[in-house]
Amino acid sequence: MTVAVRVIPCLDVDAGRVVKGVNFENLRDAGDPVELAAAYDAAGADELTFLDVTASSDDRGTMMDVVARTAEQVFIPLTVGGGVRTPDDVDRLLRAGADKVGVNTAAIARPEVIAEIADRFGNQVLVLSADVASGAETDSGWEVTTHGGRRRTGIDAVEWCARAAGLGAGEILLNSIDADGTKAGFDLPLIAAVRAAVDVPLIASGGAGAAAHFPPAVAAGADAVLAASIFHFGDVAIGEVKQELKAAGHPVR
Amino acid sequence: MTKPKVVLFDYGSGNLRSAFRALERAGGDVQLTSDLDAARRADGLVVPGVGAYAACMEGVLKSGVDAVIRERVAADAPVLGICVGEQVLFAEGIEHGVETAGVGVLEGRVELLDAPRIPHMGWNTVRADAGMRLFAGIGPEERFYFVHSYAAKAKPAGSLVAVCEHGEPFIAAVERGALAATQFHPEKSGDAGYALLTNWIRGLS
Repeated sequence: MTVAVRVIPCLDVDAGRVVKGVNFENLRDAGDPVELAAAYDAAGADELTFLDVTASSDDRGTMMDVVARTAEQVFIPLTVGGGVRTPDDVDRLLRAGADKVGVNTAAIARPEVIAEIADRFGNQVLVLSADVASGAETDSGWEVTTHGGRRRTGIDAVEWCARAAGLGAGEILLNSIDADGTKAGFDLPLIAAVRAAVDVPLIASGGAGAAAHFPPAVAAGADAVLAASIFHFGDVAIGEVKQELKAAGHPVR
Repeated sequence: MTKPKVVLFDYGSGNLRSAFRALERAGGDVQLTSDLDAARRADGLVVPGVGAYAACMEGVLKSGVDAVIRERVAADAPVLGICVGEQVLFAEGIEHGVETAGVGVLEGRVELLDAPRIPHMGWNTVRADAGMRLFAGIGPEERFYFVHSYAAKAKPAGSLVAVCEHGEPFIAAVERGALAATQFHPEKSGDAGYALLTNWIRGLS
């Protein structure tokens, strides 16, 4: 009776369409987030994450519709991140049908927003998303970045995660900018460093290139693992990741 | 065969879209409403809830559904509590040292889980007492989706329970007569949750 390691595919959604391409068989419309969400559910995903990469406010309305249609058809938890700045943004997403909301840049600009969201909706809805890079002149050597790693903040990443958890973040989505896109495996020292600093669940992201990359991330302290392109392009199936995790002695659904 | 009428009670708590659709999919004729008469008359009443215990109880009291829950339980009419909607059925909840009285149709208190990782978030198995109608046909290997930091830990008198463990054992589901409740989210628990909700809806007619 141990909680299972969650395997979470992440979809980038722009103006109601999935971007970065998805190569799945038997889909009518590979660009439709709702259809993809259903396909991942059928493939055994434990949770889904939509990252709203939309720039315009009109398209945010489209995103609400996508969230609503997904929540009506897919019966596993849904996290939505991207452009969330205020408790009212969270309210709109939860009403549309999201179960959890990812907050990133807004929390760096104004950390109190974490407490404001947690106080109003409970800490279980709030996923603090941190894009982390190494080579920093911080105590830990890791730094929080924004704009996909292009802008450094000078904030110590490990301290930031601990502070966010203290303020009320119910979960940390830890994305390694160094590992992201390399397909060389997760950033294990980073996972271990953040794990040692926080008690809330930790989702590891960035660097997965093969099913064998997942068990070490869990051994380093991740409670959940997230990936995008390797799932979308069919390089690795959700089921294969679960088999690897299970073979390594980690509980899976 | 007419579908049983299910009221999903809306007292301002969180995301109800999934719960609504999941109950429909399980065979219910579902109405999302804060109308107390509808809640009284329904074949089954669902009490949802997410977030803080005190905030949920405030919504429950403001809506007046607490009285309807008590009436229904006294008359052995079906009620299903989900997540914090399960927790508020107990006598009291303690969060951040603050004690809040619950609806009180189940004895016992809801307290912080003593576990290394809080919240308890994700898919876990449960051990259900024999004869629980909610779990009919659902094997012990099935997992349900939990997301919570607090839980009831003692079995209410005269009830059947399903127990889960996260740091320590706690009540994952409870059944006493027509009163049923789950700490996990069946509406977010994929096929296992669908099977459980179908069991509940079937029991309404």
